[in-house]
Amino acid sequence: MNFTKLNLGKYRMQLGLIAIFALILISFMVTSPRVFLRPTIYLAFLSTIPFVGIMGLGLTLVLISGEIDMSFPSVMAFSGYVCATVYSATGSIVLGALGGLASGAGIGALNGTLIRRVGIPSIVVTLGMMFLIRGCINVLSGGLGKSFTAIIGHPLHSAMVGKIGGFIPAQSLWFVALTVILWLILFRHKFGNYVLFVGDNEGAARMMGINVDRTKTMVFILMGVLAALAGLIDSFRMLKWWPTMGEGYMLTTFATVFVGGTSMFGGEGSILGTFIGAFLIGSLEAGIVAAGLSGFWTQVIYGLLILIAVTIHTLLRRGGE
Amino acid sequence: MSVVQMENIHKSFGKVVALQGVNFKVGSNEVVGLIGDNGAGKSTLIKILSGVYPPSKGKIYIKGKKINLEGYSVREAHKLGIETVFQEQALGVKQTIWRNLFLGRELTNSLGLIRLDKVKRETDKMMKELLGFTGGGVLPESTVRTLSGGERQGIAIGRAMYFKADLVILDEPTRALSIKEVNKVLNFIRKLKERGKSCVYISHTIANVYFVSDRFVILDRGQVVGRYKRKEISESDLNEVLIQIHHVPKPAD
Repeated sequence: MNFTKLNLGKYRMQLGLIAIFALILISFMVTSPRVFLRPTIYLAFLSTIPFVGIMGLGLTLVLISGEIDMSFPSVMAFSGYVCATVYSATGSIVLGALGGLASGAGIGALNGTLIRRVGIPSIVVTLGMMFLIRGCINVLSGGLGKSFTAIIGHPLHSAMVGKIGGFIPAQSLWFVALTVILWLILFRHKFGNYVLFVGDNEGAARMMGINVDRTKTMVFILMGVLAALAGLIDSFRMLKWWPTMGEGYMLTTFATVFVGGTSMFGGEGSILGTFIGAFLIGSLEAGIVAAGLSGFWTQVIYGLLILIAVTIHTLLRRGGE
Repeated sequence: MSVVQMENIHKSFGKVVALQGVNFKVGSNEVVGLIGDNGAGKSTLIKILSGVYPPSKGKIYIKGKKINLEGYSVREAHKLGIETVFQEQALGVKQTIWRNLFLGRELTNSLGLIRLDKVKRETDKMMKELLGFTGGGVLPESTVRTLSGGERQGIAIGRAMYFKADLVILDEPTRALSIKEVNKVLNFIRKLKERGKSCVYISHTIANVYFVSDRFVILDRGQVVGRYKRKEISESDLNEVLIQIHHVPKPAD
């Protein structure tokens, strides 16, 4: 074995994903050239894919740390609600956005505390949290949406969802920047090292002096903040907040992460894979509909894609041993 | 002066009593064989010494200084020069060798980012100079799950050596190793002794441990039941002692 072979091997999964994505795009171009040979559809992807992708990045870290989070779709909606409420109370959208992000951090901290200090499995805690937060949102809002139309023209609105150069959605740059930052944190920062080890072998991490509870709680807080950010982006993009926001994003976010090659078993995963996975999953539905197939086919193809991708990832990993 | 002195150590896990009033000492440049049957309390004793968990009662002195057990931790033990090679090896098998070597002691720049070049260079040096890994396709980038049992033990031991401990604790280091690999581990212990370091070698059998130890402490059901210097006892007599202990019926609960 030499370094060249090792490095190629290291990225073969991501290269494979890019190849699959390219194949799917080419098949869409063949089946629906009028849609897929024009830039409009790609700009639409850049507008809609980032918030699922951003939550996918957070979920990648949660899974690598050996835990799971089901509460993020509700956190997404809660953040938008908090933002709208603070905004109407103070007139400041910046305070509103900070409030939204803080609410995400708070729920993440609560998740982490219940999981690590009380000792309840993360799937149970976050499932309960998903219902609890959604219920609170409905009770508090009375089931009614809120408008954000007044923030048009505010610098924060432009910075988060404006069009760079008149056509590139700003949220896509946020997604790219967060991908780079989270990759650096996970693979180059010592905190990421702890995340890898607590997910790989919790006992070993503890024996080497790593604070397992704190590391995992930090990951849940990060997940909460990213879900909150996704909620803000979606609210700002649509210029309104609605109480069912985020419902339906749970499974696509998981699909994004699994297709990207992150394992359910913890200790390993791919930030770059999630990034590519977000575009893969995010472009499928539009492509299937544009190709003239009924929307029902979307689920069939999602299912096939997930199973094929995960099978390939598992075989590749086994081959690496 | 002793490197480590543990006095009247007690440890219970709920109703289970693991240690009751153990006194244990390791002298400067001394190799102590800590022997006892499975469940005798050996691993519990060294996990307390390594800072993994606190004793229920007792005192610990390291290099003559009394340790505040409230703030004692694995990191604190590392700072005081105590390195442990755990029976479980404490390795993340899905991670690279360099990540395992520096876990918890990452070499970072001011932003907390890992200095990759330096880390890999140091790992390569550790593997070649301390462990004698030459060729064989094992690189700092290799993941631990691609290594053999002996190689994994080597990484765990190399980690203890790299950080220049004054006391290295080895918990059953030769279990599940081939004869050739066992010899490597024994040579490593001899090397430690030559360099003036101290060592605790934990084993449930006399084989191997007899030849490298200066002194033996025998634990049984959470208590010290024998202390011998090697010059005072032959290997077969020591074996006989162990067999005798194991034949004493356990008291009814």
